[in-house]
Amino acid sequence: MGFNPQSQKEIAEILERYPIKQAALLPVLWIAQKEFGWISPETIELVAQTLDLSPAHVYGVVTFYTMYYREPPGKYHLQVCRTLPCALMGCESLTQHLKEKLGVGVGETTSDRKFTLSTVECLASCDTGPVMMVNEKYYENLNAEKADQILEKLK
Amino acid sequence: MDRVLTKNFGLPDSHTIEVYEKSGGYQSLQKALSMTPEQAIDETKRSGLRGRGGAGFPAGMKWGFVPQNTGKPIYLCVNADESEPGTFKDRALLEKDPHRLIEGTIIAAYAIRAKAAYIYIRGEFDLPRRRLEQAIAEATQKGRLGELKIFVHRGAGAYICGEETALIESLEGKRGYPRIKPPFPAVQGLFGSPTVVNNVETLSAIPYIFEKGAEAYKKMGTEQSPGTKLFSVCGPVAKPGVFEVELGTPMRKFLTEEVGWMKPGKVLKAVIPGGSSVPVLNAQEVEQVNLDYESMQKNGSLLGSGGMIVIDEETCMVRALANLAHFYSHESCGQCSPCREGTGWANKVLQRMEKGDAKPGDIELLLDIGKKMTGTTICVLADSLAMPIASYIAKFREEFEAHVQGSCEICKPKIGLGPSSARGLGPSEALPEI
Repeated sequence: MGFNPQSQKEIAEILERYPIKQAALLPVLWIAQKEFGWISPETIELVAQTLDLSPAHVYGVVTFYTMYYREPPGKYHLQVCRTLPCALMGCESLTQHLKEKLGVGVGETTSDRKFTLSTVECLASCDTGPVMMVNEKYYENLNAEKADQILEKLK
Repeated sequence: MDRVLTKNFGLPDSHTIEVYEKSGGYQSLQKALSMTPEQAIDETKRSGLRGRGGAGFPAGMKWGFVPQNTGKPIYLCVNADESEPGTFKDRALLEKDPHRLIEGTIIAAYAIRAKAAYIYIRGEFDLPRRRLEQAIAEATQKGRLGELKIFVHRGAGAYICGEETALIESLEGKRGYPRIKPPFPAVQGLFGSPTVVNNVETLSAIPYIFEKGAEAYKKMGTEQSPGTKLFSVCGPVAKPGVFEVELGTPMRKFLTEEVGWMKPGKVLKAVIPGGSSVPVLNAQEVEQVNLDYESMQKNGSLLGSGGMIVIDEETCMVRALANLAHFYSHESCGQCSPCREGTGWANKVLQRMEKGDAKPGDIELLLDIGKKMTGTTICVLADSLAMPIASYIAKFREEFEAHVQGSCEICKPKIGLGPSSARGLGPSEALPEI
């Protein structure tokens, strides 16, 4: 297992930015996740080797941050904000609706591997709650109807 | 009041260098470069600008702490890890006026003699990151950066990395564990070198200060809280959003004139004025408090990040606090026992209280947990839950008592409001009827 040439080029550029290799760990994990879709135990070994770190150190970092996937997510990762500002605007109803619509619980992926449903903490978009992040894009001022329209487009 | 931070927000393509330069952008940098670094620090000190990340520490003084004789490189870190619930002002600055931040960053780096600046941006901010990277490329191409290198460093989902020493640890490729201080970052920060960590909003105020002068900045606001500040307002208000306000403005006036008060039919019950970590204000306190550091403190709360969460009468304060306890429990880094265990236990007690399963004495138990979390940890995350616990119970105790007795009026389904139309933290289908 190894990085493809594009990732290798990106990693080489990233390494230029820091006086120590370890500082490139978060960016290199992002590159790895982009190439492989998630951070598998094999990817942890690869990243550790690339940066001269122990796999244990890399594993510790991967498990600390919520955005590195330790199992492959569905094609679309629906991340509904659950924190107070969105809760004041009705995110609980939105999550409930998505659960029923997709037939999965929070943290689960549909059987066709299209959608993973998660709840996440504050996305800093509190004036437009309820908010949901789908992969890297924010969808704002949501209700059940708008959520349905979004799901429709993501087919 | 001059618009220090939001001057360009309404312009089309405000994020591009063309628009920024046309509005006078990068002129402040020329002025700053004509001074010595020491003069630039003095100018910032004279402005009285206080750090806008939440703590309110004077920015110029922070720059002045950097020792210049260690022989080590000096680093500037820009904190764009905006994660405090209710706070979304830095996101607006990054999306709408990234060049203002970059100009402020170049001036700050010049003042402290840093050759590299790292902008640590939260992992979820995709559009802000792309805008920032584009802006850095534009400024580099135009030779604005000189010898300075500015790098964007993407976080990966951890509230604690907004704490400056956790941010540094994270930048070094580690878990985001806050460090014991001293040594302070100014002396021993990133890669063991002298480091300044400044918030996005703080640095975005710098171009104005160098354009118009420290005195012009100081003319606005109050003596202890000079200048303007961004407030991000959310909850069931008429016009949620980001507003630039002269510090010292009465909260009532601000909420009425700028925010348009509440949505029709909604009655204000409480305001969390400075991000979810600060003590809550009840409706009466909202009438008497001003938007500045000293008035907030006098009224028992904090200006914090300026993230204002407005709560209405249909919201149950037990459910609001339970929601936040879940947040802090999830975001505790786990390093200090009082925080790891305290946020966890407060969360457990509040979840059972929310469901109507509280035990007699649970209110006292919560207060006791909060007390033991206060001032006993490396960073203030534990205090950030302890303050809400103490203030919510002090100001809305009857709601907590009602939950312990299993009789909350707000959480009971209301006539005509079926579970599927439930909004906010009132009745919810997710909870059993109590």
